[in-house]
Amino acid sequence: MAEGIKDKVAIVGMGCTEFGERWDKGPQGLMIEAVMEALEDAGIEKKDIDAAWSGTCYEEVSIGKSAIPLAVTLKLPFIPATRVENFCATGSESLRGACYAVAAGAYDICLAVGVEKLKDTGYGGLPQNDTQQGTTLRFAFPNFTPPGAFAMMGTRYFAQYGLSPQDGKRALAHISVKSHHNGAMNPKAHLRREITIDQVMNAPIVAWPLGLFDCCGVSDGAAAAIVTRPEIAKKLRPDPVYVKAMQIAASSGEEMMCTHWDYTHVESTIRASQRAYTEAGITNPRDEISMMEVHDCFSITELTIYEDLGISPRGRAKEDIEAGFYDLDGPIPCQPDGGLKCFGHPIGASGLRMMYEMYKQLQGKAGPRQIKDPKFGLTHNMGGIPPLNVVSVCIAGN
Amino acid sequence: MAGITSYGAYIPIYRINRMTIYQALGWLNPASLLPGEKAVANYDEDSITMSVAAGMDCLNGGEQESVDGLFFATTSAPYKERQNAGIIATALDLRPDIRTSDFTTSIKAGTGALISAYDAVSSGSAKNVMVCAADCRLGKPGGYQEQMYGDGGAAFLLGNEGVIASIEGTHSVTYDFMDHWRSAEDRYNRSWEDRWIRDEGYSKFITEAISGLMKDCRLQPADISKVVYPCLYVAAHAGIGKKLSFEPTQIQDHMFTTVGHAGTSYPLMILVAALEDAKPGDKIIVASYGNGSDAILLQVTDEIEKVRDRRGIKRHLASKKDLSLYEKYVTFRDVLEIDTGGRGEEVAPTQASILFRERRMILGLCGSKCRKCGTPQYPPQEICANPECGAVNEMDTYRFSDKTARLYTYTGDVLAFSPSPPAIYGMVDFEGGGRWLFDLTDCELDAIEVGMPVEMSLRRKYHDEKRGVHVYFWKATPIRV
Repeated sequence: MAEGIKDKVAIVGMGCTEFGERWDKGPQGLMIEAVMEALEDAGIEKKDIDAAWSGTCYEEVSIGKSAIPLAVTLKLPFIPATRVENFCATGSESLRGACYAVAAGAYDICLAVGVEKLKDTGYGGLPQNDTQQGTTLRFAFPNFTPPGAFAMMGTRYFAQYGLSPQDGKRALAHISVKSHHNGAMNPKAHLRREITIDQVMNAPIVAWPLGLFDCCGVSDGAAAAIVTRPEIAKKLRPDPVYVKAMQIAASSGEEMMCTHWDYTHVESTIRASQRAYTEAGITNPRDEISMMEVHDCFSITELTIYEDLGISPRGRAKEDIEAGFYDLDGPIPCQPDGGLKCFGHPIGASGLRMMYEMYKQLQGKAGPRQIKDPKFGLTHNMGGIPPLNVVSVCIAGN
Repeated sequence: MAGITSYGAYIPIYRINRMTIYQALGWLNPASLLPGEKAVANYDEDSITMSVAAGMDCLNGGEQESVDGLFFATTSAPYKERQNAGIIATALDLRPDIRTSDFTTSIKAGTGALISAYDAVSSGSAKNVMVCAADCRLGKPGGYQEQMYGDGGAAFLLGNEGVIASIEGTHSVTYDFMDHWRSAEDRYNRSWEDRWIRDEGYSKFITEAISGLMKDCRLQPADISKVVYPCLYVAAHAGIGKKLSFEPTQIQDHMFTTVGHAGTSYPLMILVAALEDAKPGDKIIVASYGNGSDAILLQVTDEIEKVRDRRGIKRHLASKKDLSLYEKYVTFRDVLEIDTGGRGEEVAPTQASILFRERRMILGLCGSKCRKCGTPQYPPQEICANPECGAVNEMDTYRFSDKTARLYTYTGDVLAFSPSPPAIYGMVDFEGGGRWLFDLTDCELDAIEVGMPVEMSLRRKYHDEKRGVHVYFWKATPIRV
């Protein structure tokens, strides 16, 4: 394996808007809000930025294609700017571009931005887009939505591990209750109310077996990061956060086309996390990871991520969930900021939002949600659907 | 000897009791109530999809490659210009070097197509010709036609070898009898007075064609095992047989109270039902009605025993679900314009060039099978999807439409727009290998489970009214019958 970028890049500033139904602002305003916070946090000025990355997924209901909208919005002075897109893993992709550019020595200081404006469609859920799987596959794909694509994971998981729908849904409910508990303490979160197991169990079905509280928020928002070389970082602030690993894996197509894949795991998560552990020098993630922000677009996704990351044993995440292993006061708190579930999920911003929480936690600035002495924070950001996806796994530490 | 070598039929799974219609709209027209129920196409079915289903029943896993022509008869073609028969032939994965035609604008077009196919095979210009007939006609709400019209399809293969029922003669009469009509700009049929239709047309034309045929062939009513003709009016149907001196037992059941008047396919569907019970040596007469009549004499052969495993009429009739709401029926037929919400309004333009380039993948549900490792895969790949193989350009075309499968996992999605929510879809693993995500149709969420067997059915994927496009793709259904 290549040497990797462990400790070659430091995050020196981050910003994140309040997520939610931001009827008050368009994507430009959200980007400015996030970037200004990041600049102030890093103690630098716009002119110090050497290159910028812009991440947005649904450009057609948002800022449009290319990095031009970012450059124009921020009035960047003709610097290199690149737009990236990798479905819901877009935010991590923006950060990855900036980090790799710094690690390569191409630039000193880079800006990564992720933004999504989902609430300008006129209906609930993600924007309908017949051709997002391509103009040919649109004729062969079912009439599906993201909740349905992940709900099939629930159906299969319950069948494969012999869980009744009631038992399965109860285990999933624990995940959502936990995230709502954490999100209620987060002033930037979209959904800030505690919920009960019964509320989750009795909520209207969105896509069987998933109900309303098994699904994350559909939100507007933006997040930004400023990254640089460690030697510059140390001059800028006493507590930079270092990138320990940054990996991504994309489906090969075998999950969708060959019958050996079982729809109860995401192969890309396994592959990306194993590479990330190697890059970061982690041998036993269950003992070494301090906290995580994972891609809990749906409760069942979070459950299977626990197993795919090698933290819960295969088929037994339910035991860890019910024992409080992933609660804020548990051994590996998961979604301390509320996760996609409650912080919300403005697609292009989510990967950076996850890192924002890890960054604040590692700096000891997470307020009532502060985890004691974290060492390694992991972000897991997934784009696509269980049989066809990209997964980014990043690890950050002091 | 030329004649029918195989038959198939299709009746949609939904039925609506005529009383359900009457309860909704009988107040408009208290005399409109008819007995029994009628077959109703699902929202994603039309004359093309029902023809493909009947055609698959007729082929029964047989040799697509041997079919030299396809004639499609309907009065409810989705396209006025763009050959509907060509869509059906592509969906059935027939060869491209074949003759195809649409037979239309009269409900006797089904027998017209059958006679033309017979002419082709008996003249030797084609060896095997398939005839598909299907109709999904719409009666104006509250009227007699709405009560009368049912949906369904039938298919026959005609050829010279393995004939199950030889065609021994035909006799046709043609009259420009304007009993009902639909001009190019109309959605519904209009009609003249029923008493005139019954007495001047229906009762006379069928009688004239059948008696003409029997005279041509020097046959007496007693020589005929079964006589088959459509029903417009229940009492008049029996009257025609009586007038021709047939005993009631010689008259094949008209299915008017179980399927309804299924247009061009109606006499052919009744013929399939007659063939299901026929014995070698039986003589059957089938006659159509519509702007005249075609009568055809068939003689059943010993080969009939070889085609008993078709779903045909009997098994399709037995497999049904009651559509208990009139409102659902008129929603399925786009009579009631429902609020689809913003999500349901979004339809991207349809790329005709892609539909043509990928016609075997999309309409034919063909993928590929790797010559190196034997893995079937959908959609067709150039590089083998099996991670242990990865062979490049070692693929043979592999058809999935006729394979049975199992439902690996599924969901019922309330967020996705569907005219019949929830939108049910799942991962389908084919027997023999290969898998894909497919919509499921003709089923309810609480009746499906992981591992259940499913089969493939061509359905209308979407209808883009703004751009006038009907797009078809395959869905999975629980195995019928």
